[in-house]
Amino acid sequence: MIRKTPFLAAPLVAATLGAAIAATPALAFPDKDVDYIIPFSPGGESDIAARLQQPVFADEYDHQLIVKYQAGAGGAQAWSQLNSMPADGHTIMGINLPHVILQPMMSSPGYETADLTPVYWFHYTPDAIIVKADSQFQTLEDLVTFAEANPGLVTFSGSGSNSANSLAKSRFDALAGVTTTYVPFSGTGPSVTALLGDQVTASWGYSTVAAAQGDQVRMLAVASEERLPLFPDVPTFQELGYDMTGGAYRGVAVPKDTPEETRQAVSDAFQAMNNQPAMRKAMDDGAFVVIDVPYSDMESFMSERRAEIEEAAKASN
Amino acid sequence: MDLLQYLAQALTPFNLLLAFGGVLLGTLIGALPGLSATMAVAVLVPFTFAMPPASGLIALGAIYTGAIYGGAFAAILVNTPGTPSAIATTFDGFPMAKRGDGNLAVTLATLASVVGGIVGALALLFLSPPLSKVALAFGPPEYFWLAIFGLTLISALSQGDTLKGILGASFGLFLATVGVAVVGGDVRYTLDQPMLVGGFDVIAALIGLYCIPVVIDLVARPDPHLKVSVQAGGYRLAEALRLCVANWFNLVRSSVIGTVVGILPGAGGSIASLVSYSEARRSSRHPERFGKGEPGGILATESANNATVGGGFIPTLVLGIPGTPPDAVILGALLVQGIRTGPGLFTGQGDIVFTFIFGLLIATILMLPTGLFVGRYAYQAIVSIPKAVLVPTVAFLTIIGSFAIHNSITDVYTMLGLGLIGWILARYGFQPSPIVLGVILGPIAEQGFVQAWLIGNAQGNVLGMFFGRPISLAIAALAALTLFYPVLMDTLKARRARRADGAKKEPIDAD
Repeated sequence: MIRKTPFLAAPLVAATLGAAIAATPALAFPDKDVDYIIPFSPGGESDIAARLQQPVFADEYDHQLIVKYQAGAGGAQAWSQLNSMPADGHTIMGINLPHVILQPMMSSPGYETADLTPVYWFHYTPDAIIVKADSQFQTLEDLVTFAEANPGLVTFSGSGSNSANSLAKSRFDALAGVTTTYVPFSGTGPSVTALLGDQVTASWGYSTVAAAQGDQVRMLAVASEERLPLFPDVPTFQELGYDMTGGAYRGVAVPKDTPEETRQAVSDAFQAMNNQPAMRKAMDDGAFVVIDVPYSDMESFMSERRAEIEEAAKASN
Repeated sequence: MDLLQYLAQALTPFNLLLAFGGVLLGTLIGALPGLSATMAVAVLVPFTFAMPPASGLIALGAIYTGAIYGGAFAAILVNTPGTPSAIATTFDGFPMAKRGDGNLAVTLATLASVVGGIVGALALLFLSPPLSKVALAFGPPEYFWLAIFGLTLISALSQGDTLKGILGASFGLFLATVGVAVVGGDVRYTLDQPMLVGGFDVIAALIGLYCIPVVIDLVARPDPHLKVSVQAGGYRLAEALRLCVANWFNLVRSSVIGTVVGILPGAGGSIASLVSYSEARRSSRHPERFGKGEPGGILATESANNATVGGGFIPTLVLGIPGTPPDAVILGALLVQGIRTGPGLFTGQGDIVFTFIFGLLIATILMLPTGLFVGRYAYQAIVSIPKAVLVPTVAFLTIIGSFAIHNSITDVYTMLGLGLIGWILARYGFQPSPIVLGVILGPIAEQGFVQAWLIGNAQGNVLGMFFGRPISLAIAALAALTLFYPVLMDTLKARRARRADGAKKEPIDAD
């Protein structure tokens, strides 16, 4: 079994493997179709992930994963309502980091991070610096040298304020000791449009953006642990001496009254889907990084992410 | 020739069936306020995974173009746009329906939608790579000026009372600021209510402000909703065709405007139809007839909004940047199917792309029979069903439609609240259109302004950002022209009248 566990220490890997072996779909989940609520508009990365999971789930369990959209307030609209939904495991909701930690930290979105019950994290899209294919900057070093000589002149487009992209920008500025200008756009699409239209110097995005835009853009560095299979020539930030890994994590959460064994069963189902070779391949092709964080590892994973995000948020102020 | 081969692939019975079914379903969904093109496409996506990629795309494209067209029915017959793209269609569509020309208006909308759709699809077929550059030429300052241009159009188009138009638009702009700001992330005017964090949804505002006053007025007034036309049964196709021929330049111009605006990822059918409407009125020999049931108004708005469909696919397929929200869904579906968009798509996977474009063209043409058929029944139904049935039906649809936006009761409350406000405002002569357009244009203007400011500031050239770019300057000039055009024309007319008076008087004096 090949698995990537970029964030988990060795004991956790063992625990994950154990959970996978012990997984039995014998519980009362799923005994009917499952409502899978995506807290964003259709067409985004969360939606694409859900679309890829749909057929795998149907194959495995003879029930459908029914994708519903409940977009609003960057996901907050749906997350603030999660706990009032049926708690029998047949209503599950997509959940995203850093969103669910950042939003309550920055404003009052109608929920607290602790109100949410994530049961599985299945992949992340690593942060990445992307320039246009004809940009003068060939390497990350070129860009950093230029930014050092011209404080504030380098502009980065990104998706939203208080978002994964803006957080990555502050983290990197602190690590590289440079001052750059972040220009928030209303989503990844407009942010990439600004990059392709030469409105900005570069863009903070994800590896998935580079995969979708193909040879129109060049990814200078990617915040994954290892180089991505789709981009064997793109260095990681760590290789270049910047201790930066992470990005936008996607997983699934359940209402808080969901019984323990059902939480575990949902976790097992997502584990099983993640284990499918077809799923791995689809993820690799789209430059997603598959991770396996089951329900049993949730607490330690969440507190690690919280520490990381708090530090980055502090750096940006 | 390769293209003919792709045309043949698009003409297989299965693909034809998909195009026809998609258009029919899309038209019905678009006609219901609140059920949007985005939703229709998203619901259909899973079914297309089982089809060959080109067929799946044809189904999605057909449902999309049908939904944009279907928005005209509700706009014309009930005075409530089915989609934001049809807002400007209410200006002349409903007055026509009211005086008994509803069937003519629907036929005009159908013909115009077909023409606009064909122009957009042909641009997609032949001019995609060069036209995709338009999407990239528009940066933050251009979007800022485009939104300002849109706002000046509102004041210019406000019937009767410019001041009330501006006040309405300002109210809409204020509504648009509520919630978490995209740029800056500030939480504004939420009164600590989690319900308001997401802001007011455009569709909820649209349904509330247009439908609720209509429903209340239907109940409050004894007279029938629409006057029954003398020739109630017919399509009045010959008459509509004559009007199209007489307005051919208007149709072409509006279709081109629609295609270009559709290419811009930040602007949609609502802006396209507004701009083309205003151009049609400005260049008309009878601008005073616009807003009172002028066929040219419907031809302009409906050709423009259907042209945005083809236009929107240009950046989607060439650059991988969705031109409109439904395009974003279709792009996601492409990714799931393992199709990479980009300039290589046209050369590398031409069989999929060109088969799809021909499918879209065929679907657009199929809109003619489908639309006339559906339109005839829709018109007869609206005219003949008693108010006691019509009112609860519309009221029910407003609730369903606003709930369906995000599967959330919040939007239903928003819709009802704004609907009541809209009804009160309507009694004092405020129209819903400026308010809704304020809600749509507010975020575009705000984000464009702040982004342009941030970039300009980083480069130490804020003024150059706003006033030093040719496209910006051109749009700003158009905005200024729109704003001062009525004043200018009045002054000129007055001066000419004075001179004419003077000329007449002189000989009298000489006598």
